[in-house]
Amino acid sequence: MSTRRSFIKISALGLGGIAAAGGLTRMAMGSSVMDTITKKTPGKEKLLHRTPTYCEICFWQCAGWVYKDDEGKIKKIVGNEDDQHCNGRFCPRGTGGIGQYYDEDRLKTPLIRTTIDGKQTFREASWDEALDLIAKKMKDIAGKYGTESMALFSHGSGGAHFGQLLKAFGSTSIAAPSFAQCRGPREVGFLTTFGDIIYSPERIDIRDTRCLVLIGSHLGENMHNGQVQEMSDAIDRGATIITVDPRFSTAAGKSKHWLPIKPATDMALLLSWIHVLIENEWYDKEYVALHTTGFEQLKEHVKTYTPEWAYGITTIDPNMIVETAREMRDASPAVIINPGRHVTWYGDDTQRLRAVAILTALLGSWGRRGGYYQPEKFHLPSFPVPAFPTPKRQPSQVYEGKYTLANEVVANGICDATIPTGLDKGKYKGWIVNGTNLLAALPDQAKTLKAIEALDLLVVVDTMPIELTGYADVVLPECTYLERYDMIRNSNHRQPNLALRMPATEPKYKSKPAEWIAKELAGKLGLSAWFPWENIEEMLDWQLKKAGTSLDEMKRIGVKNFPRETDDLYFKEGEEVSFNTNSGKIELYSSDMEAAGFAPLPVYTAHEEPPDGFYRLIYGRAPMHTFSRTANNPNLTDLMDENVLWVNPKVAKLWGLESGQPVKLKNQDDVISTFPIKVRVTERIRWDSVYMVHGFGHNNPKLTRAFGRGVSDTELITRVHIDPAMGGTGMRGNFVTFITDINNTEKEAEV
Amino acid sequence: MRYAMAVDTHKCVGCSDCVVACQTENNVPIGYCRDWVVEVTDGTYPNLEAEIRSERCNHCENSPCVRCCPTGASHYAEGGVVLVTPEKCIGCGACIASCPYDARYPHPDGYVDKCTFCLENRVKKGLNPACVSVCPTKCMYFGDLDDPNSPVSKVLKNRKYKTLIPEAGTNPQLYFLI
Ligand code: SF4
Ligand code: SF4
Ligand code: SF4
Repeated sequence: MSTRRSFIKISALGLGGIAAAGGLTRMAMGSSVMDTITKKTPGKEKLLHRTPTYCEICFWQCAGWVYKDDEGKIKKIVGNEDDQHCNGRFCPRGTGGIGQYYDEDRLKTPLIRTTIDGKQTFREASWDEALDLIAKKMKDIAGKYGTESMALFSHGSGGAHFGQLLKAFGSTSIAAPSFAQCRGPREVGFLTTFGDIIYSPERIDIRDTRCLVLIGSHLGENMHNGQVQEMSDAIDRGATIITVDPRFSTAAGKSKHWLPIKPATDMALLLSWIHVLIENEWYDKEYVALHTTGFEQLKEHVKTYTPEWAYGITTIDPNMIVETAREMRDASPAVIINPGRHVTWYGDDTQRLRAVAILTALLGSWGRRGGYYQPEKFHLPSFPVPAFPTPKRQPSQVYEGKYTLANEVVANGICDATIPTGLDKGKYKGWIVNGTNLLAALPDQAKTLKAIEALDLLVVVDTMPIELTGYADVVLPECTYLERYDMIRNSNHRQPNLALRMPATEPKYKSKPAEWIAKELAGKLGLSAWFPWENIEEMLDWQLKKAGTSLDEMKRIGVKNFPRETDDLYFKEGEEVSFNTNSGKIELYSSDMEAAGFAPLPVYTAHEEPPDGFYRLIYGRAPMHTFSRTANNPNLTDLMDENVLWVNPKVAKLWGLESGQPVKLKNQDDVISTFPIKVRVTERIRWDSVYMVHGFGHNNPKLTRAFGRGVSDTELITRVHIDPAMGGTGMRGNFVTFITDINNTEKEAEV
Repeated sequence: MRYAMAVDTHKCVGCSDCVVACQTENNVPIGYCRDWVVEVTDGTYPNLEAEIRSERCNHCENSPCVRCCPTGASHYAEGGVVLVTPEKCIGCGACIASCPYDARYPHPDGYVDKCTFCLENRVKKGLNPACVSVCPTKCMYFGDLDDPNSPVSKVLKNRKYKTLIPEAGTNPQLYFLI
């Protein structure tokens, strides 16, 4: 391959493991930050020191305590009892977060791409040199193409710091794959119906629900901490759980009703449930009359969506469709049709989530106890900075006329616009990527690589040598969340709340906190006016004092909950509510959808089925891993170090497959997995699908525990169904077949 | 005093948080564990049932491991908790062979290790064992069976339960709510 940007294995370098902590750090590590705590039991000796943090292993951001021994060595991390996200209990990933700090494969020093004897390689660089180079290239890009040609992709806490930098530089192209690759359709589906989004953590009141319907969500395997805790409480209280999944998930095993649906037909089930509720007059009439518009159109629209019609599509027994609808009615309004999180499946996802929203409205559960509550967030002022410059182009202009309902930046839209076509040389020339392995997060890797090839500058800021680092011009080693400050966590929840993350220890190696990197780089770009604080502690203290607390207090308590400003967690009986939609009502018939040229009421579209000998590729989560980012964590790989392929026994028999047997997979576009995956023959998966956990099959040898373990689903997701409403990348329309002679494919796979 | 634990199989999701928390709390080296998760599936698609449970040493009232230990390293401690004294353990492995539950492992430092119910480091300080404290589903109950108000006594009074391999006659003190 003769690309300008060849992949560099970081392992090719003699990276010194012992690098002194940089002299540039300004973090106060004095004993004042180390509170010594005494256990509540009287007369007991003093224990470990602890400092507050909020977890960065996933987006749930649970607040907790990092415990250290007398030598300052991190021993364990536990949840903060006062935190609404975790109630004092971390999930396995958070408990094992300690492994991210101790992982000896971490990025250790800044790296710069260089050519030696015609071969591209990385060389170690000082922070000064690396940041100088980035600043120079960013200035070049600004001069030649305009500041708007720089984009930022981020996932996690670093985004706030680099976002500030990018806005000051003159670009608003700041994208997170958590929108168009994940939860975007549900936000747009609910926004167009209720005029409000779901937020994170989700505003669902599982704690008090009487019926929880999981459709395409495998809670318990996806370890959304607070939700898993509340689901368990719901089980204790005898709430009904209904799970819709082609796979007998953990949640299915805890459900009163499991609906083993044929994949890709969820819309038919949802429409049929709507039909049953309306035909039997099982909907909340008072609520619908008081709060909604478009009921008559909806009623007319779903007339033909009978349970018998849905049976032919979903394979779900019509009686079961009626029975489960009755369960929802009986529980209403304390019923939750879970909006899910990763919902970019088939390209009509916004419409499917509209159907979920409509059901929610018919059951009267939005704004009601046991349904959806009204979250509240603390009004935390930002440290004053000058107004940001207005860039010549907004990101939505690079995908002009498309994805008009997207309420956040569409990551794949930016990626697509980077690729030169015809006369267009590409609308982006520089990317900063922080905390996301774009090659695993965005589907269609070939396309992402094409975009990368067209860049003048790719900066990757990460803690780990993820695959993307191999394509970077400059690699910056970020320290882990246990070694740094970040912005105050300020989340929407039942009660407004703030949480502090502070360093438990000095950054290892030459790694640096994102906030420091962004501020230093701003200095080199002449943008210090947007980072006017001496150090981040000063900025945080300013903010916290405005909130009536202080950095010192937050170091002691970690989390502060505030009383709600308005007493509106739930709607009052018969209360008139104004919704933030065009009509001010809940729009069963969506005027936004209609105006944008989309179906104002959700319709069923048949999706492609697997060709002969192929099986639908379904992927999901394991409770001990987050995406691809934990696959090298020593504590978590100890629990699960590879993914396996779930295969129904009938299929296994047909192919002569046995549990434990390694196979390679080939998809509909003849893409073959780089590595083999072990088969797990199990009754828990339908015969028309196979299942694997996302995030494995890493191919950077520098990830010593993750390299070559299992298969990357992303590399097999080459067919993407784009949601025209908001740009979501539907990833469930890919099919795979087995290659049992794994050695014969070695050559092909390398291509 | 009789310490016991109950695990609610209806709530356990098999996340293994109990395993990591035990490792970080008790300095269990990576690659080893004192507790683990078992998943059993029954039936054929779509008529399936699954049971998930977090297992560990059963702190048997009639433990073959204590009986067969040649040095007395394996012993009953406060509340019937079965412990190993590392200094006395010669690493012969007789207890590993005798345990019907495969609850013990040879620690790389040359002694045999297993679940302690966190007796010394937590329970005696009024805390729950690490696994019980961390579990996101709150599916584990711990306490003294002689105290009718302890969480474990209360839950065993109200729920159906089983023990593992009762026919081994070990009288396990780890109960599974079913
Ligand atoms: S859910 Fe787990 S990984 Fe996510 S923030 Fe909470 S403890 Fe961390
Ligand atoms: S932490 Fe709790 S839910 Fe998770 S595996 Fe252990 S016992 Fe089960
Ligand atoms: S479970 Fe095994 S190690 Fe534990 S007390 Fe019983 S026999 Fe001994």
